[in-house]
Formats: sequence, C-alpha cells, structure tokens
Amino acid sequence: MSDQPDNGRRQFLSRGTAATAAVAVAPGVLLYDFARARPPAEPASSAVRWGLLIDTTRCDSGCDACVSACREENALPLPLKPTDPQWIRKVELTQEGTGRKVSLPMMCQHCAEPPCVDVCPTGASFKRADGIVLVDKHRCIGCRYCMMACPYKARSFVHEPVEDHSGATPRGQGTVESCTLCVHRVDEGRAPACVDACSREGHRALLFGNLNDPDSAISQRLRSVASVKLRADLNLDPGLSYVGL
Amino acid sequence: MRRMAGLLLFLAALTGAAAAVPMPELDVGQGGHCVNDPQVMRQNHMKFLYQQRDETVRLGIRGGKYSLAGCVDCHASKVNHSVLGSDRNFCQGCHTYAAVKIDCFECHSSKPRALSAVQREGGHP
Amino acid sequence: MTTRLSPRTELRNFALLLAAGLLVAALGLWAAHFMESRGHIVTGMNNQVVWGLPHVFAIFMIVSASGVLNVASVGSVFGRAVYKARAPLAGLLAMALLAGGLAVLMLDLGRPDRVIVAATHYNPTSVFAWNVLLYSGLFGTVALYLWTLMDRTMGAWNKPAGFLVFLWRFVLTTGTGLIFAFLVARQAYASALLPPLFIVLSLAWGHAIFLVVQHAMLRWNAMELHPGIQKRLKNLLGVFVLSVLYLVAAYHLTNAYFARQSAFERYLLLDGGAVTALFWLGYVGVGTLLPLALIFLPKAGGQRCVLGAALGVIVGAFSLLYVFIIGGQTYPLQIFPGYHAVSSFADGAITPYAPSLPEWALGLGGLGIAFLITLVGVRVLNFLPRDVPGQPVESN
Ligand code: SF4
Ligand code: SF4
Repeated sequence: MSDQPDNGRRQFLSRGTAATAAVAVAPGVLLYDFARARPPAEPASSAVRWGLLIDTTRCDSGCDACVSACREENALPLPLKPTDPQWIRKVELTQEGTGRKVSLPMMCQHCAEPPCVDVCPTGASFKRADGIVLVDKHRCIGCRYCMMACPYKARSFVHEPVEDHSGATPRGQGTVESCTLCVHRVDEGRAPACVDACSREGHRALLFGNLNDPDSAISQRLRSVASVKLRADLNLDPGLSYVGL
Repeated sequence: MRRMAGLLLFLAALTGAAAAVPMPELDVGQGGHCVNDPQVMRQNHMKFLYQQRDETVRLGIRGGKYSLAGCVDCHASKVNHSVLGSDRNFCQGCHTYAAVKIDCFECHSSKPRALSAVQREGGHP
Repeated sequence: MTTRLSPRTELRNFALLLAAGLLVAALGLWAAHFMESRGHIVTGMNNQVVWGLPHVFAIFMIVSASGVLNVASVGSVFGRAVYKARAPLAGLLAMALLAGGLAVLMLDLGRPDRVIVAATHYNPTSVFAWNVLLYSGLFGTVALYLWTLMDRTMGAWNKPAGFLVFLWRFVLTTGTGLIFAFLVARQAYASALLPPLFIVLSLAWGHAIFLVVQHAMLRWNAMELHPGIQKRLKNLLGVFVLSVLYLVAAYHLTNAYFARQSAFERYLLLDGGAVTALFWLGYVGVGTLLPLALIFLPKAGGQRCVLGAALGVIVGAFSLLYVFIIGGQTYPLQIFPGYHAVSSFADGAITPYAPSLPEWALGLGGLGIAFLITLVGVRVLNFLPRDVPGQPVESN
C-alpha cells in the first residue's frame, strides 16, 4: 500500500503524538508505545529493542489477517509453490499426547544473536542497533547460507524476477529476504502491518513494543504472563515471545 | 613527457568518440529544482545515492534528500510514467549513452510514488 | 615419451578429449547463464532445500582437491621417493578440482555478478568467508609447491613448501566441515564429528581420483605401475575407506542415540526413499563394500580391481554427499518440540526435491573444467609419475 501519498512525506507526520507513552487506537487498546521517539535524521539506537509478544490463546486458527496484511504491505505474491516467499506464515500445532491445538504466526524472530548474521559472508545480513534483523539486498550475493543457518525457516529466496515493485520493501531476484518487522513503518512511529491487522480483526494476539523500556506495554505483559521463546535451547535470544505454547 | 602526450591523445580519442554519438535528448519529466546543482548531480549522483542508501538501510537514518524514489518522482516521463522504457527516458537514456548498467530498478520502482494503482500497472493515466 | 600410439593417433585422441571437455564445460556455463537470467525457479531448489545438486558437485570437488594432495604430502613431508614422483600430478589435480568446485559454487549464487562483494565486504565471523580465504590460499600454496618441485634451484624449499601445503589442506578441510558443523538449525549438521569426517572423506576421495587419473595416464603412455607401488597405493585406499566407514557409522550412531535426532535418522536410514537408497546402495554398497572387496579379497587387487575400487569410492562419495546435503534439508526443521506442526511452508513435512537439468549441467560443467585443466596441464607440462628404475620401493 505504498501508494499512500504520505509514505515518502514523513515530514508531514506529526512527531508529537509519537512522543507520548502510548497510542490509543481504540478504547482500552494500548497498541504501541514509544519510549523515545526518534527524529528521522537520527540513526536507530540500541537504547531501544523492538520485540513482539504473540499470544497464541488469542490467535484464531481460521484467521490469516496478519499474513495477508504482510503480503499487501510488501507486495508479495500469493504463495502457491514451495519457491514462493513467505515472510510470515500461520502454523497449526497439535500437541503430541494431549491433542491440544495451537495456532500461531511464525516469522523472523529478530534474534539478538542471529546465526544468519554470523554466517553471512558479506555482511548483507545485519542487525540494526534497535534489534531489527535485515538483509541489505545491495550486498546479498544469494549464497543462501543464512537460510541454512536460521533455525526458524524465516527466510525466503527470490527465485524469480520481481515484477511488482509497489511494495514498501524493494525486492529482487537472487537475493534473500525475510520479515523486516516493517522497519519502514517502525521508523515512522507506526506498528508493523501484521500487528495492526490483527487488532483490526479484534484478536489483538500481537503486541509490539520496546523490550528495553520496563514500562512499555510489552515489557509489563512479559512480566505478568508466562511466555516462551522458540528453540530457547539455542540461546539466540529472539525478540519474539509466545504465550500459550 | 611521452606519457603525457599519450594521455592527451587518449583523451582526445575519447572525446572524439563521445562527440560521434549524439547527446541523448532526455525527457526530464516534471523536472524543476533539483536537490543539488545539476552538473554536480550528473557527476556524483551515484555517490550520493550510495551513501544515503547505506545510511538508510543499515543505520535507519531517514528523510535524506538524495532518495532514489525522489529522483523517480520528479523525473519519470509524463508519457509512460517511468524513468525507463526508451533512450529518451531520464535514467535509461543517459545510462545507455554512458554505457553504464543500472540495476536499481530490478528491485526499486521506476514509477513515481504518488501514481494511482491503475497508472502503475501501465494503464492510461 | 615412450608412447605406443602413433603421434597422429595420439594427437587425435587428445583433440577428442579436449573437445569433449570443452563441450561439457560449455554446457555448464550455459546452465549457469540460464539460471541467472530466469532465476533459481528453473532448478529443483526451493525455500526448504536451498542448496541443491550443484553443491553436491562443488563440495565433492573442493573436499577431494585437498585429498589428492595427500600423495604429495607423503612425498615431501615424509620424504618418500615413490610419493614424491607423484607430487606434481597431485598438485595439478588439486588446483584443477578446486577451480572446478569453486566455479560451480560461484555460478550457483543468486547474484554471481556480485561475487566481488564477497571480497570488498568481508564478514570475519562467517565460516563461509574464512573458506574463501582458505580456498584462494590453497591455490597459492600449491602453486608455490609445484614451483619448488619443477625448478631445480628451488629444491631446498621443497620440504617447507610441502609442509605448508600439508598444514593448509588440513585447515581447509576442517573449514569445509565447519561450514556445516556450525549450522545448529538443522538436525543433520550440528555435529562435532563433521570436521574429522571431512578430513577422512577428503583423503579417501582425493586418493581415489588420483588413482583413476594415474591409471588413465599410464595407459595412455603404455606404461605399467611397479607392483610394489601398486600394492602400497591400493592398501592406502583400503585404509581410507575403512576410516570413512568408521566415522560415518559413528556419526549416525551418535545421532540415533539422541532422542531428538532419532526420527531424523529413521528418515535417512529407513524411510527416506531415494535418500535411503543412495545411502545403502550408493554409499555402503558401491562406495564401501565393493571397493573393500576389490582391494582386500585374496584374488583381487590387480590393476583393474584397483581402478574399479577407486571408481566405486567416487560413486559412493556422490551418494554420501547427496544424502548429507539434500537429505539433511528435505527433513523439516524441528521448531516446536512436542507438537505436530502443519503449515503452507513445509513445517512438519518432508519436502520433495528433484534436481533439474540445468543443475546437472552446472555440476558436470564443473567436473568438465577440472578435467580440462588436468588434460591440458598434463600434456603441456611433464606431470607423468616416473619411478626411477631399480630404486628400491620401501616397504611400509
Ligand atoms: S529468525 Fe532466522 S532470519 Fe530471523 S534473526 Fe533469527 S536466524 Fe536470522
Ligand atoms: S544469501 Fe545473502 S544475506 Fe544470506 S548469507 Fe548469503 S549473502 Fe548473506
């Protein structure tokens, strides 16, 4: 949806609202909290670490609003083949023994110790100061070593020439891509597209915020409910946590 | 001294060759006031673009004046709404003339941001 | 050269081989171009199986490149004349295989046009980036070593140069093993056994290739190998095959032992279809039992048998690498232990993979490049192993 005329016209965005502690989008919904709003000309800072808390008890197995929002935001093709990209996907789990069903969205976990970054020969895979893990596609040579190294199958390889350039993130054949945590929106003071879509549907299973701010909604919630990180045995310190697994 | 003469000859040959190919007649699109002096831009736009690109992608610095999307917004042709397409289009025309490959648009859009979806698909304006 | 072929026939044969090599290499380049313009959609690879058949070929060649040098190392480092006579050929083969392997690896990139970025932006924590240095270093050290062998005035440096190559190739093979050993993400790879496994693999595969090439060259020149030397080289191959078997068994047994890995081992060894068949028939049957029989059975061990054994080892090498690289990726990642997972992105499911024609062409093209370098090198320079007549063949 980069056709919105205000997309590249950030200067018109009022920074004032972003500086408040939380933005209320609907009564009683604290969506997104800004500890420190950053002027656009300033680099991302390690004082902030962006994270996501996914409450699987609120996630509906029939819903894929987050997935289609991502597809629309980034102009991704509908996934029909195993070569098509999937930055975010719905996974349906059945617990062995009990048969309990869990539904959840799966994407790049924005690891603090990302193996994709460690193995990348060119430094194309990198972690921004605020914890967002990205691929610098200008530098990616398409070796796919990062895809071998990611324990979450978070990355896709662009197997075909890209025709649709209307997405928010430039994409190109022969490079690797994955969830950017909607870095272009985050830098504008907005939440990722999937997070917005999920609350629009009324599920509010995704909570986005600054893990380094003890007063942020996400930090408070992480303190009050039991959550897990996926493949915690690997000690990668993902920025994403899951409730109800 | 010899070397100097050789160099001069070489330069003469170069300019001679360049003179033989007609300068491209570029469709500058909407044009207007550029973010820097046009001659400076002609010579250095790639450096500016590279630098801002690295700062934006890797550090998250936004809103710099040398944005590729900004170039496209101003210089897309009013005929086909693109900086590519023929040897008259702004980016393609000059790059063909200078024989320098551009791969920006394998990933980036060659059409202005404010365009409606219909125009993006290549339909009528 | 004491050749029984008439010079005309000899030249014709050489031209034919050259043409064949050029054709295969050209097909490989065509495949690479096709993959680059259409994208990897024309391969069998996908977002689950990200390294396909070209990696099997490339890693085979790179690992063997270090192994062929074994003969040279024994010659220079341990001062054995029999081996030293073979050192130049070994050095040439190593460079040829490395060039072929690296070409395939590079042309399989998503953006081969940007390969220079790997040099201008270097990530020092990446094992992959270390390997780029190790590979180019091997070229340099082997070239130096060949120089000390061929230029008499450099003779004094032969031993140090040989030692350098010897060290370098151990580090290089360890590095190749580490490429996989650091992949904690996938069941097949995170194992401390991989670096030693790759070292013995390189010894066995490299030696097998060396024997095949030596056989072809001697036949071409109508020469016979001294039976003592033949026996020594053959027994060495046997020892290597046994060492590989031991480490492969250890790798699978330790995997099967850990509960987390047992389902994966079941897949590889019992119900993996093509992968399972390649393991048992390709690696265990043709790649291990057959060569052992051809080497150690009482009546076996003749020239033909050794050639058969070496070819068997090479077939086994491809089978084992296919099982390791492809089989290791078709099996799903275990992200949610204790749950059964289903998704549109192959979570919890085996992903089928079938190599496409361009992948075969690219892989074989790499072998073609290695073949061409060897062929031309052997003809232009003097690489034929010559054993000094009458010199005793040391016994051990
Ligand atoms: S989830 Fe995968 S792609 Fe994302 S940061 Fe971690 S290792 Fe990298
Ligand atoms: S595919 Fe690109 S991002 Fe991934 S490791 Fe290779 S160069 Fe780095």
